[in-house]
Amino acid sequence: MPVITIERKVLAKNDEIAQQNRDLFARHGLFVFNLVSSPGAGKTSLLERTLETLRDRLRIAVVEGDVQTDFDAQRVARYGVPVVQIVTNGGCHLEARLVQDALAAIALPELDVLVIENVGNLVCPANYDLGEALKVVLVSTPEGDDKPLKYPGMFRNASVLVINKVDLLPYVPCDLAALRRNALQINPALRVFETSCTTKAGIPEWCEWIAAQSSRRP
Amino acid sequence: MHEMSVAQNIVDIVRQYVPAAQAPGVTSVRVRVGSLSGIVPESLDFCFGALVAGTDLSRARLDIEHVPTVCVCRECGARFEPEALIFFCPSCGGGRAQLVSGSDLQVVHVELDDDPRGAPAPAAN
Repeated sequence: MPVITIERKVLAKNDEIAQQNRDLFARHGLFVFNLVSSPGAGKTSLLERTLETLRDRLRIAVVEGDVQTDFDAQRVARYGVPVVQIVTNGGCHLEARLVQDALAAIALPELDVLVIENVGNLVCPANYDLGEALKVVLVSTPEGDDKPLKYPGMFRNASVLVINKVDLLPYVPCDLAALRRNALQINPALRVFETSCTTKAGIPEWCEWIAAQSSRRP
Repeated sequence: MHEMSVAQNIVDIVRQYVPAAQAPGVTSVRVRVGSLSGIVPESLDFCFGALVAGTDLSRARLDIEHVPTVCVCRECGARFEPEALIFFCPSCGGGRAQLVSGSDLQVVHVELDDDPRGAPAPAAN
């Protein structure tokens, strides 16, 4: 029986475009991270606090991914930063091509940091490289301390974990130590931050980390 | 969750490697699916079937090779298949394991009829 050998990664095309994005970011000395979480964990709120803190120090732009609406882009635009909304129309994750297209609307030479806020989903975005330097996974305390064990792929592929809504710890059944332990079991290299976008606890440390990443770039 | 777009990628790759005239002769498409790839094989199979139905690739069946998650311990060198996704070495208890396989998602090859000319012509629409 004739056989045609292929041996090609199914997502090779996405990986190629992601590499083009990565090369482009490198040319402009941009620090780019891909922010992922389940819906409602507080990605956009974290961005709002981040922009509030850093917009006078760093030139930041945001690519927003959502299944529908430009609500998040509107929230981010209030901080006077460039923002592009990608509406996936049902798509459960961003792909490198969508980000590449969105980049056309952003003046990259005038930036230090680009944040890609992915579609709220702890499953699919883990498998799609967008060209970012690293993935930041956000988990909120009301989601429970077992999230890392239930969605291990995302925690394994991320470099940074932000535990958000720590101000709600007295009211929700979430053991912070267990949450950290579960995440670090999956990925011992995770850098962990604890934040509240309401009380602003932990926001300065998180923002300093972003600033340090950015200044390490050429 | 995104099996349909993955299935579409598989169809695109097959078309890239198989000359159009031989497409009706394709009987199977071998894909390697790692347990960490996030792909549900049954769903991928369903989506692939839906995409090729009524096309010149309609005889093609997906042949899924499952790849288990395999790690090698960086401390003692033991090779093991971790339970869940917690990569602790069962031999020495070390937490620094390197993933060897499991995240695979690849099109390996396609198989064709011995004589593609003998294959039934695609239905004319």
